[in-house]
Amino acid sequence: MSDDVAIHVRGLRKAYGDTVAVAGLDLDVHRGEVFALLGPNGAGKTTTVEILEGYRHRDAGEVRVLGADPTEASPHWRARVGIVLQGTGEFDELTVAEVLHHFAGFYPDADDPDKVIARVGLAGKARARTHTLSGGQKRRLDVALGIIGRPELLFLDEPTTGFDPEARREFWDLIRDLSAAGTTIVLTTHYLDEAEALADRVGVIAGGRLVEVAPPNSLGDRQEALATVSWRTPEGTLESAQSATPTALVTELAARFGGEVPGLTVTRPTLEDVYLRMIGHQ
Amino acid sequence: MTTTTKPAAPVAAAPARRPGPASLALRQGRLEIRQFLRSRESVVFTLGFPIIMVLIFASIFDGDLGNGVSYTQYFITGMIATGLMTVSFQNLGIWIPIERDRGVLKRYRGTPMPKWVWFAGKVIMVLVIGVVMTALLLAVSVALFDLNLPSTASAWLTFGWVSALGITACTLCGIAISSLARTARSGSAVVTPIALVLQFISGVFFVFTNLPSWMQQVAALFPLKWMCQGLRAVFLPDSFGANEPGGSFELTRVALVLGAWCVIGLVLCLTTFRWTTRRDG
Repeated sequence: MSDDVAIHVRGLRKAYGDTVAVAGLDLDVHRGEVFALLGPNGAGKTTTVEILEGYRHRDAGEVRVLGADPTEASPHWRARVGIVLQGTGEFDELTVAEVLHHFAGFYPDADDPDKVIARVGLAGKARARTHTLSGGQKRRLDVALGIIGRPELLFLDEPTTGFDPEARREFWDLIRDLSAAGTTIVLTTHYLDEAEALADRVGVIAGGRLVEVAPPNSLGDRQEALATVSWRTPEGTLESAQSATPTALVTELAARFGGEVPGLTVTRPTLEDVYLRMIGHQ
Repeated sequence: MTTTTKPAAPVAAAPARRPGPASLALRQGRLEIRQFLRSRESVVFTLGFPIIMVLIFASIFDGDLGNGVSYTQYFITGMIATGLMTVSFQNLGIWIPIERDRGVLKRYRGTPMPKWVWFAGKVIMVLVIGVVMTALLLAVSVALFDLNLPSTASAWLTFGWVSALGITACTLCGIAISSLARTARSGSAVVTPIALVLQFISGVFFVFTNLPSWMQQVAALFPLKWMCQGLRAVFLPDSFGANEPGGSFELTRVALVLGAWCVIGLVLCLTTFRWTTRRDG
């Protein structure tokens, strides 16, 4: 296993009683990469991530995270891994600043808590008790606690649930900053636009298996898929055609109409089309 | 193989700012105390309850037990023992399930914090609150009900070790029993009945030797009875030892039973403690 690999998983299995949550999953995440695990609820995303974080024990398979088995997580290993869980653990009686300063004390090379608070957009709430925060603000606190130790590897389990669109954009910028600084990021999401906006590679998980791993723009052979060209006929009806050479078709249409083609659109399958097809196959 | 000059290793990053173990534990203790004091329910229930009980009891029973020893002198021992059990056993047995349910414990587990630091924080909190509560109880009883404080160093020493051993046993049992509660709300349903029954059968509300003897024998299996008895050795004249079931205050047995409960509690903690809820793997 090379130093380039942050996460290495082979044949991972986990069942809860008779329910199989993860059924033989293979996964490699490279250092410095942003990897999105995409899948519907119940697909095994959280179980997989919590095994990688050292919270759950696996039934079978090989797992190495930053070169170690997460079930034997040492404090040294924990200091290199940042975790943003799906369920938040709240400290109702404490302020944002108190929580961040306290947690900073657990890490050998923690970031400046006040800087981190500002970075996640909670500067105005630093002195507020955490129970007074809105859902989105609590999520930001979770993210702040995940990055306070300057992790090499950051796990984010559905980080933007409950965010308004503006907060999501700000969060995406934060993730891009962290990634630019060299942090390896693994996030789970069921927002396709989030995976598309952030991830270098997307792994689609369904029925406890990785169905496909690819950069978001080539997932499901999206680039090679036939394009759909549609236009309006002089009679006003909508016509469309599938084409592997849409440019040629548009040129031909332009010649036919003698210039502008009325109502012209050229589309390829969206990530959502591809994704729905993939998880539908399972 | 040629020797290549490696790029200079990055200058050791800023010296580790992480505090040492003792200071980690103290920080954790301070955080726990702060959380406790800011939570109105804990303060009222844990600190206020024993004091209210003393006020009620001392006002109802203002007679004396003979030899000029007041009822207050007797009941204060039960109230201190109850108070110590409340700040440790009930406090932890109720709050840990809430923190576990909220995911606070899970969050700690995801950090490099050594596990023992979290337990140390709880112990420091319990000890500090226990000392404060005992001091308040004594102050109220001395000021309002003419309580006589122990007058010899050896009585204070007994006071110290009985309290320390009792609170340790109750702390460990409180942490252990917290794993029985399945949800945040069930903590108090598990702990409160146990505490109440023990208070009734251990001689907190009644003179112990007036209880049916089978009840005395059941009570003798649990720590609270022995905490009360040990404290009676502190607050009552030596001659009262003859009234105890064993014919004396039996301090050696007090130490042995409380010590045994410390061991039982510790073993249960080490074998059953859960950082996450059941549904959470």
